[in-house]
Amino acid sequence: MFDRRLVQCFDWGLLAITVLIAVFGLVTLYSASASGSQSILKTLYAKQLIWYGIGVAVMVCCFVFNYKLLDPWANVIYLACVGLLVAVLLFGKYVAGSRRWLMLGPISVQPSELIKIAIIIVLARYYSKEVNTTGFTLRELVIPLLLAAVPFLLIVRQPDLGTGLMLILIVGSMTLFIKIEKRSLMYLAGTGLVFVPMVWFFLKGYQKQRILTFLNPDRDPLGAGYHIIQSKIAIGSGMIFGKGFLEGTQNVLSFLPEQHTDFIFSVLAEEWGLFGTVSLLFLFFLLLAKGLSIAYKCRNPFGSILAVGITVMIFWQVLINTGMVMGLMPVVGIPLPFVSYGGSSIITMMIGIGILMNISMRRFVMD
Amino acid sequence: MNNYFKSADSNWFRQRLTGVLLFIVAAFAVLLVRLFYLQVIRGDEYRRLSESNCIRLQYISPQRGLIFDRNGELLVDNRPSFDLSIILKDARPLTQTLEKLSGYINVPVEQFAETITRNKSVPSYKPILLQADVGRDIMAAVQVHQYDLPGVEITVTPCRHYIYEQSAAHLIGYLGEINGEELRSGKFPETRGGDYIGRYGVEKIYESYLHGTGGGRQVEVNVRGQVVNVLKTVDAGQGHEVYLTIDSALQRKAETLLAGRAGAVVAMDPDTGEILAMASSPSFDQNEFVGGISKDQWRSLLSNPDKPLQNKTIQAVYPPASTYKIITAIAGLEEGIIDEHTEFTCYGSYKFGDRRFRCWRKQGHGALAVEEALSQSCDVFFYQLGQRLGVDKLAEYANRCGLGVKTGLHLENEESGLIPTSKWKKRKTGISWQAGETLSVAIGQGYNLVTPMQMAVFMAAVANGGNRPEPILVRRICSVNGDVLLENKPRIVDRLPFSKTTLDLVKKGLWQVVNGKTGTAKIAHLKDIEISGKTGTAQVFSHKSKDDRDDDLSDHLKPHAWFVAYAPSDHPRIAVSVIIEHGEHGASAAGPVARDLIQFYMGEQSAVSGQAS
Repeated sequence: MFDRRLVQCFDWGLLAITVLIAVFGLVTLYSASASGSQSILKTLYAKQLIWYGIGVAVMVCCFVFNYKLLDPWANVIYLACVGLLVAVLLFGKYVAGSRRWLMLGPISVQPSELIKIAIIIVLARYYSKEVNTTGFTLRELVIPLLLAAVPFLLIVRQPDLGTGLMLILIVGSMTLFIKIEKRSLMYLAGTGLVFVPMVWFFLKGYQKQRILTFLNPDRDPLGAGYHIIQSKIAIGSGMIFGKGFLEGTQNVLSFLPEQHTDFIFSVLAEEWGLFGTVSLLFLFFLLLAKGLSIAYKCRNPFGSILAVGITVMIFWQVLINTGMVMGLMPVVGIPLPFVSYGGSSIITMMIGIGILMNISMRRFVMD
Repeated sequence: MNNYFKSADSNWFRQRLTGVLLFIVAAFAVLLVRLFYLQVIRGDEYRRLSESNCIRLQYISPQRGLIFDRNGELLVDNRPSFDLSIILKDARPLTQTLEKLSGYINVPVEQFAETITRNKSVPSYKPILLQADVGRDIMAAVQVHQYDLPGVEITVTPCRHYIYEQSAAHLIGYLGEINGEELRSGKFPETRGGDYIGRYGVEKIYESYLHGTGGGRQVEVNVRGQVVNVLKTVDAGQGHEVYLTIDSALQRKAETLLAGRAGAVVAMDPDTGEILAMASSPSFDQNEFVGGISKDQWRSLLSNPDKPLQNKTIQAVYPPASTYKIITAIAGLEEGIIDEHTEFTCYGSYKFGDRRFRCWRKQGHGALAVEEALSQSCDVFFYQLGQRLGVDKLAEYANRCGLGVKTGLHLENEESGLIPTSKWKKRKTGISWQAGETLSVAIGQGYNLVTPMQMAVFMAAVANGGNRPEPILVRRICSVNGDVLLENKPRIVDRLPFSKTTLDLVKKGLWQVVNGKTGTAKIAHLKDIEISGKTGTAQVFSHKSKDDRDDDLSDHLKPHAWFVAYAPSDHPRIAVSVIIEHGEHGASAAGPVARDLIQFYMGEQSAVSGQAS
């Protein structure tokens, strides 16, 4: 099963980029958790290291077998993840009014993270079979639409609108990438324009508040408005070279809300300045470019689309998270890949990297 | 054969990948521009802001809604509480500041240190409460030495104030600090740690209306932690105003009449079911709960045998005793077992099987019909009537009259009481109903248990001609600008199960109780107001031998005294139910309470109408 040629083809570049980003993340997390007197946070750094350990193991599992095996198993993987989402709604643990976690012994899993990978696999399978010159017609899009709608509704019920929207973005951009028939695209755009305002009525009060707050930050000076102000002060005060490792005053004084998860980029920006933020963004850009190049080189349509899906997933998360902390986007709970604290997010990202490596290693193997 | 991947030319796919790459480049360019703007162009400005750490969030507590009585008299408001707190970040050097503070206000420094250790997880820029509700002397001392006490501040928060302490405590209720579990539950969206929420009574039931919404300020502070600029403010929203149905003066009158005794009084408007007074004695001071009640105080409230925390009007159950004879009479008349003229003879006791059931009057009442039997409360008459009706018929009438069922009052933990049936006993004890037990039940002893509220509602229904109203405690809830958010309209739960003739006859009997020559409650007679009512003496235990005399009993074994009434007899304006625990005789202990309460209320009413005309 294990071909020596595969070892020779191992994508060291991809591994290097990933390791660099992970180091960035761990250093920043150390900073964020060393802050203040919140002793619980002190263990977060250690916990994240453990997650990375598990992540590496999962990643290895994701490239030792031939990724083409994912094709026939796509539906099973998808259904299993949907099953987990249903289980969350039934047995999930309540944290601050929402049910997003499943307790498996001592660890808690967030199935809404795993479903991202599952839907990328199942769509890659569908699109690699059906794609044609003129693009998809509306009728051909019914299946992807259903595939996306089921987990979306389950996630929104938790409620976790941010992750739900992330799912829609992944599915939407994969579909657009594959091409939609012109007329169908116009229809879709048209109905979208009609229906999007209607979505407003389904949003919960606080979700509407967030959007309105984004449009006018003065609306909620005590909540999101305050967070954004503090985040902007933290980022801006980093200036060009930053205040230095562990020197971030905004962060140290716990001015930043959720500094170890959603707002971790602000901690980085404060301590390492423009130098640090640009470096991290550059690494992310390299990672994305690498992902696209793997898609480009892959000779198997399933593998290509899979690589594109994983790449867009990482892209949207980076864009939305950093855009949010810089005050470019509404505050939604989206973690920064490899950097934010959180086991499920790390595992999901490492699965993604594992699959990319898998595709990359087997790029010369024809079916 | 359209599948692109199957054709050799994959240019199409590559083109699309280029598109994606361009999109990503564009997106990253936007991020970079934004970073450049924040970190370079505005970097100096943000660096300055971050170094003084000057933007802080201050919480503004909401003003809890006010509570008024039916006449708009204020019962519960808020007073300012001056709280002493410290912001660690500003209080540098900390030990020195604490020592100085301790010297100025005479509080041992260890006490502060302890509070600070307990709040270790609070971020250093957030205030830690050292002492809530400090006196004027401490406030003055801190303010005078403010220059010497960096980071020490006195803040003003609204604090609940019950204007008439102990008055209506059971129905208004009290507050308690919200706990972590409640905070996490999401049921109290407007609260935050340290907030107080309703724990009992109206304060609890209408918490969502009363609480109000918290506000806050983004402020800019200087290095000493002093506010130099208010950036943005969100005002706190005041809680909504609750208008109770009670008449505050009447409530206090009822409480005075109960003073020193354990018992309960309910007064009700018979037409609307609005509760005019609802007193339970002994009571407690709700103000003691403001700012947290001490363990000792709480323990002493719990261990008091007279149960001051229990709302005896709805949570305590008593045998209805002779007041239940009204039910027996109604059932007998409606079932055609007796009519107006049917007479039974009382020789002081009634032999049933091998047991002798005594009448309260040893020498007997002689032959009497239902009206007189009610007015003299003859036990033997009702033994015989009850025996003919049977326990299940009696229970049917009692339930329809609202006894043994919850009245639906909007307060927590209302007891339903108990009206026994033969089925109930079989299920409960496994033993069949004994015919002799029906005799005790017919005069309101035995298993029967009712609440004072049930009796008040029943009296209200008799008084108004047979409509059993739902008791109402809150008339309406309004926002501060007067919008009505909730209005409780009078509602009829059921019709009492009797005809006009039966009602008239019963009412005549009840009139005789107070106004007749031989009535048992002559003591409640008033010259200018005609009262109708019924006494009751509820035994706490059953007499073992017929020689037992109540006089010899120790206090806690003495019977409870009941008096239920309405007035004026011809056009009732008020229905009353009174119970005095261990008061011995209904007439002597409970009668005067009801009488004085009615007199007070009618006096108040005529004063109001006098002013109006």
